[in-house]
Amino acid sequence: MSPEYIKEIVSHHQGELGALISILEDIQARHHYLPEDALRIVAEETGRSLVDIYGVATFYKAFSLKPRGKHHISVCMGTACHVRSAPGIVDEFTRELGLRPGETTQDREFTLETVNCLGTCALGPIVLVDGHYFSNVKRTDVKKIIAKTSSGFAEEPGDREDRLFPVEVYCPHCNHGLMDEQNRIEDYPAISLACSFNGTRGWVRMSSLYGSHCLESEHPFVADTPVKFFCPECHAELVGKAACLDCGFPMVTLGFQGGGSLLMCTRWGCNNSTISLNGHLWRDELRNDAREQIPG
Amino acid sequence: MVTVTINGLDVRVEEGTTILEAARFVGFPIPTLCHNDGVSPYGACRLCVVEIGQEPRSKLVSSCTYPVEEGLKIRTASQRVVRARRMIIELLLASCPQSKTIQDLASAHGVRQQRFRQEHEDCILCGLCVRMCSEQMMAHAIGFRGRGEDRSIGTPFDMSSDVCRLCGACMYICPACQLRCTYNQPEHAICNACANLRPPCIEKEEYSDLMCYMKPCVACEIK
Repeated sequence: MSPEYIKEIVSHHQGELGALISILEDIQARHHYLPEDALRIVAEETGRSLVDIYGVATFYKAFSLKPRGKHHISVCMGTACHVRSAPGIVDEFTRELGLRPGETTQDREFTLETVNCLGTCALGPIVLVDGHYFSNVKRTDVKKIIAKTSSGFAEEPGDREDRLFPVEVYCPHCNHGLMDEQNRIEDYPAISLACSFNGTRGWVRMSSLYGSHCLESEHPFVADTPVKFFCPECHAELVGKAACLDCGFPMVTLGFQGGGSLLMCTRWGCNNSTISLNGHLWRDELRNDAREQIPG
Repeated sequence: MVTVTINGLDVRVEEGTTILEAARFVGFPIPTLCHNDGVSPYGACRLCVVEIGQEPRSKLVSSCTYPVEEGLKIRTASQRVVRARRMIIELLLASCPQSKTIQDLASAHGVRQQRFRQEHEDCILCGLCVRMCSEQMMAHAIGFRGRGEDRSIGTPFDMSSDVCRLCGACMYICPACQLRCTYNQPEHAICNACANLRPPCIEKEEYSDLMCYMKPCVACEIK
C-alpha cells in the first residue's frame, strides 16, 4: 500500500466541504474496496479521527471493507423483480459461481450482490453487471451473462450515438437546402455555408449531427472572431435577432427541415446552437430579447 | 434575552439556551437519558420530549436540542408528552431491561407494562460514551459503526484502539451496561424493585442519620 496516491487524492479534495466521501470513493475506485491501511492514511492526512472515517465507511452501502471482485453483479430483488422470480436468478448465480449474495469468488473476479431496486421495474427481472443492464433475465440467461462479463463488454455499442441526431437545414431566404451530399462529416451530409471574417471569405462545413461540433473551414479560424454567414446559393447574409446566451454574440437563424428553426452562435469557438420547434413561441421570445438589448 | 412560556409561566432566558436548560432553570423537571451537562446535546433517546406551539398545531420536539424562540409556548408535562414518554420508556424496556437507569425511569413514570417483543441488548445507542470519549477525554477511540439494525458502538475494525487510554469514562457514563439491574428476571421486563423498596428512613427513630445509605434521597425531608 503506497501512501503517495492517497495523499494525492486527499490533496485533490482539499478544502471541499464534505470531502471525505469523495476521498473514499476515489480510493474504492482504485481497489474495488477500502483497505484498512488506506483508511488509516486518510485519517492521518485529513486530521480526522479513525472512528469518524470508519463510521462513514461502514454507514454507506456503496463502500465495502471486504475485497470485492473485478466484476460486480447486482441482482434486483425489488418487489416487481421478486414476483418475476428474481430469487431463482440469484440461486442460479449462486450455483454457477459458487457464491452467496455478498460474497466474492476466490480469484477476485466476481462479486454477487442483491439490491432492492434498480428503478426499471417494467423490465424486470433486472441484472446489473459493471454498469450494463440485462432485462427480462431468465434462469437460462445467467450462464450467458457470466460468459459475456468474462469476455468483456467491448463489442457493446456505446451510448454516444443515442444522444446525437442528424439535422437538415435550409436557407430561410431562398429555401434552398444547405446539406452537402458530396462532403460528408461523420458519415452524414455536412451543412455547407459561405462565411466571411476579418475581411476574408471562404466556405465552412459543419457536422449535421446536433451536439457534435465538428467543422471544416477553408481558412484557419481565429478564436473569438465574429463571423458573417451567407447562403452559398442566393448569397444573402444569414441574420438573426437573438443573442447567444453563452457569449452575447448574435445568432444566425437557419430553417429547420420539418418546421422550426436552428439558431447558431456567430463567434468562432462558441458551440452554442439551439433548435426551436415552436415557431410562435420562439419568435415572441426573440422579439422580447431584441427589445431588451436594443433600447428604443 | 427572549421570553418563553413554560407551562403557562413567562420566563426570560438567554438566547441560545435550549428548552431543557430553560425548563430546568425555573424548576420544571424533564427526564433525560442521553443528556449530560458535560457533553453536547444529541437528541438520541427522545425522552426529553416537550410539546411546543398552540393546539391543534402543537408538536413534540426534543427539548435538549431545541433552542428557545421568542414567544414559544412550551408544555413539559401535557397528556400528549406523558403518553409519548411512557411509550419511549416502554420501547427502551423492550430492548434493554437490565439497565437500572431505564428501570428507574419506568418506575418513576408509572410504566407498568411492556407490550413489545423482549430483547436483551447491551446497548441502547444513546451515544453518551462516544461523546464522552471525544469531547471530555479527547481520545476519539470509539464511535458509531454501521447503519440501521447493524449499528453498533466500538473501535474501528474491532481492534483494541491505539488512542484509547483505558480511562473507563465510557463505562462510567453508560446507562445500560454499567448500572445493572440485579433484580431483573428475563420473563418480567419491569422490575420495580428499587422503587418498591421501603426507604430505610421511614422509621427514622430507629436509625441515626449516619446509617442512611440512600444519601441523595430526600425521603426524610418529604415526610
